[in-house]
Amino acid sequence: MRFYEFEARKIVELAGIPVTKYGFCTSAEQARQAAEEIGGPVVVKSQVLSGGRMKAGGVKFADTSEEAAAHAEDILKLEINGQMPRGVLVDPKADVKQEYYASVVWDGTAKRPLMLFSDMGGIDIEEVAETHPDHVGRGHLANLFPIPDFEAKQTIAATGVTGSQLNRATPILARLARLFREYDMTLAEINPLAELTDGSFVALDAHMEMENEAVGRQKVLLRKQLEIAEDDTRETYEPSDFERNVAAIDAADHRGVIQGKDHGFSGNLGLVIGAGGGSLTLTDAVRSQGGKPANYSEIGGNPSVAKACGLAKEVLEKDGVEKIAVMMSIVSNTRVDIVARGVIKACLELGKDPGETIAIFRIPGAWEDEGFKILERYGVEYCDRSVSLWEAAGRAVAKVQGAAA
Amino acid sequence: MSILLNKDTTFIVQGITGREAVNLTRECLDYGSKVVGGVTPGRKGRDVHGVPVFDTVAQAVENHGGPIDGSVVTVPPAFTKDAVFEAILNGIKLIVIVTERIPRADVAQMVELAEMEGARIIGPNCLGLIVPGVCKMGGIGGPAKDAAKAYAPGPVGVMSRSGGMTTEISSSLTQAGLGVSTAVSIGGDAIIGSAYAELMPYFEADEETKAIVIYTEPGGRMEAQLSEWVKDNDSRLPIVAFMAGKFMDDEEMKGMSFGHAGTIVEGVEDTATEKIARLEAAGIRVVERIDEIPDAVKQKLGAAA
Amino acid sequence: MAEKLNKVFIDVEVDASVAGDTALAAKLEEVCPVNIFKAGSAGVEVVEENLDECVLCKLCLEAAPAGTVHVKKLYDDTELS
Repeated sequence: MRFYEFEARKIVELAGIPVTKYGFCTSAEQARQAAEEIGGPVVVKSQVLSGGRMKAGGVKFADTSEEAAAHAEDILKLEINGQMPRGVLVDPKADVKQEYYASVVWDGTAKRPLMLFSDMGGIDIEEVAETHPDHVGRGHLANLFPIPDFEAKQTIAATGVTGSQLNRATPILARLARLFREYDMTLAEINPLAELTDGSFVALDAHMEMENEAVGRQKVLLRKQLEIAEDDTRETYEPSDFERNVAAIDAADHRGVIQGKDHGFSGNLGLVIGAGGGSLTLTDAVRSQGGKPANYSEIGGNPSVAKACGLAKEVLEKDGVEKIAVMMSIVSNTRVDIVARGVIKACLELGKDPGETIAIFRIPGAWEDEGFKILERYGVEYCDRSVSLWEAAGRAVAKVQGAAA
Repeated sequence: MSILLNKDTTFIVQGITGREAVNLTRECLDYGSKVVGGVTPGRKGRDVHGVPVFDTVAQAVENHGGPIDGSVVTVPPAFTKDAVFEAILNGIKLIVIVTERIPRADVAQMVELAEMEGARIIGPNCLGLIVPGVCKMGGIGGPAKDAAKAYAPGPVGVMSRSGGMTTEISSSLTQAGLGVSTAVSIGGDAIIGSAYAELMPYFEADEETKAIVIYTEPGGRMEAQLSEWVKDNDSRLPIVAFMAGKFMDDEEMKGMSFGHAGTIVEGVEDTATEKIARLEAAGIRVVERIDEIPDAVKQKLGAAA
Repeated sequence: MAEKLNKVFIDVEVDASVAGDTALAAKLEEVCPVNIFKAGSAGVEVVEENLDECVLCKLCLEAAPAGTVHVKKLYDDTELS
């Protein structure tokens, strides 16, 4: 789950990291008031969950509160990478002496959080790591033990930072590390972390992402402190009707799991496939053999007939779908006969001939003999484990292309 | 002969009274595995297919009259960490975590405790492991008769980030007359107890294993880690890899995850294309098509002989 | 949206001789994992929209007097026994 900058700033603030006196505003009038309260030059920043705000014109400087209001008016109407802003953040224009970078991410190989610090802040850290590796400090954290300040100090000192800068930055990085762990973040980043002309350090921009699996146990932060609504799920893109409908069918019945995605797909071959790894393998196999998938899907956990039917119907009703391919890697929990009933029923309910509509049915495994009997009755082409996922996908592609030709 | 499991391996099932756990227990018993107890708090005194149920792991150990080798953990995500800690601190050395959707911080804590206590975790979000004809620990392969159909004993070690594909690939090896020494469903999450490189030393030490097949996906760095391990250790084992999810490299799929939580691509190194290049640079044969695996293994074995 | 079809793959019949038995009705309602049976005031009722969810578990056959509940597999014209 991603956070807007104004939320990320609040999280940083809650962790005891200094921030500037910023204001989150949803109208030009609020922005004018915020600028007045701040007094002096301000920055008005669009609040979208997307990078490239500066380039898109979503960040503007203002010397007066009237100017700030005018900028806010424009920015609030400006769509950035397909997103309308939630509001604007009005921030004092800081007198920055030096910009630093501080972040914490997961290192999946070490299975520990990793602190990153650089004295070359404000720019892309991956670029710094490549061009100036000696300006990036790294430090792993333990999972079971408290995070001591000295680990942050070591990480910062590795970049050559010393003096009062080291002593000011140390507690900030340590607190960032603690909040990363406490709030189940997958990314906690302050960039830039600014040293102001008076020597103090403030977080000028922050970027936070929380692990989706942990959202349920972070209710205090999410609902109480940040006041984020339960249904505000922060998808990286707007789900399609197909995606929404499949999710609704899945939620309505606890038996088994189905998923469907069609973002980035627009072909004529509907895929009713599973499970996790099988779906990835099959989607590749269809595309590599010249097929055009209409969607991606997953079936798992032994769904009911109604659920399998619901997924197949949604796929069949997508624009441009001519045939569906029903394919899975060998199943041991999901039942072949139940899926067979579901997909055939989907065809029948839509007034289609299953034998014509289902290009291929390749699901070997549990209850396959029973499943094959059903498929035979309806004239559906099926195969067992002796036909590989690759070959089954190839047959489906050949059929749908033969029909189109 | 095998890694991690043998015919004498004893294990318990934590969360044994759950619907899926009851099935899994039946399957393991039918396959010949020694399931010596189950734990569900508050259900002491019951039995599941003849396996006695206890409130605590300590009770199960006491009832068994000696150390228990392993545990299959099937409790809900919010309780998994505690269950795994309980198993480890009661002397259990091999833990298979079936549960999915566990936050990474919890998994990392379990792994850290396991490292400290000399225990090994397989999973989470996995189906366990199987030594064909000897023992299975977890739902891998399904009911005993289905598992027997897909898994014949042989010289190939299998490691897979997908539970279903572990069986699909093993079945193709079995059909091709090759067979499997041990197959491990390592789990589909971003952080798992045992990545490929961490299981390689076991396969390396197992005389019966002559080749390795891995199934992999976009996301994470565990292929890079395997490539390094292979180079650093001058491994005797030829490896054949299959990479699924190449379509995720498309521009419009950026930032999306498919199939497993761990497939989220967080950097260039995580993409399918980049991973394939790394594996190949380490001498690992990456096949384009899933059905090329058995022949590729035969070629490698032929070259080694 | 097209109509929903029922009884495509499975049909279930309960012999008239036992259909009025309310105790049997309650038992059938309890054992069936997919809710095909409902205990009504007049005895056993068959829930049409759940018929095709039948998992062929035979629990209903075991719960009823031998040969009184019939689970018909319409796709191969056989009866579960």
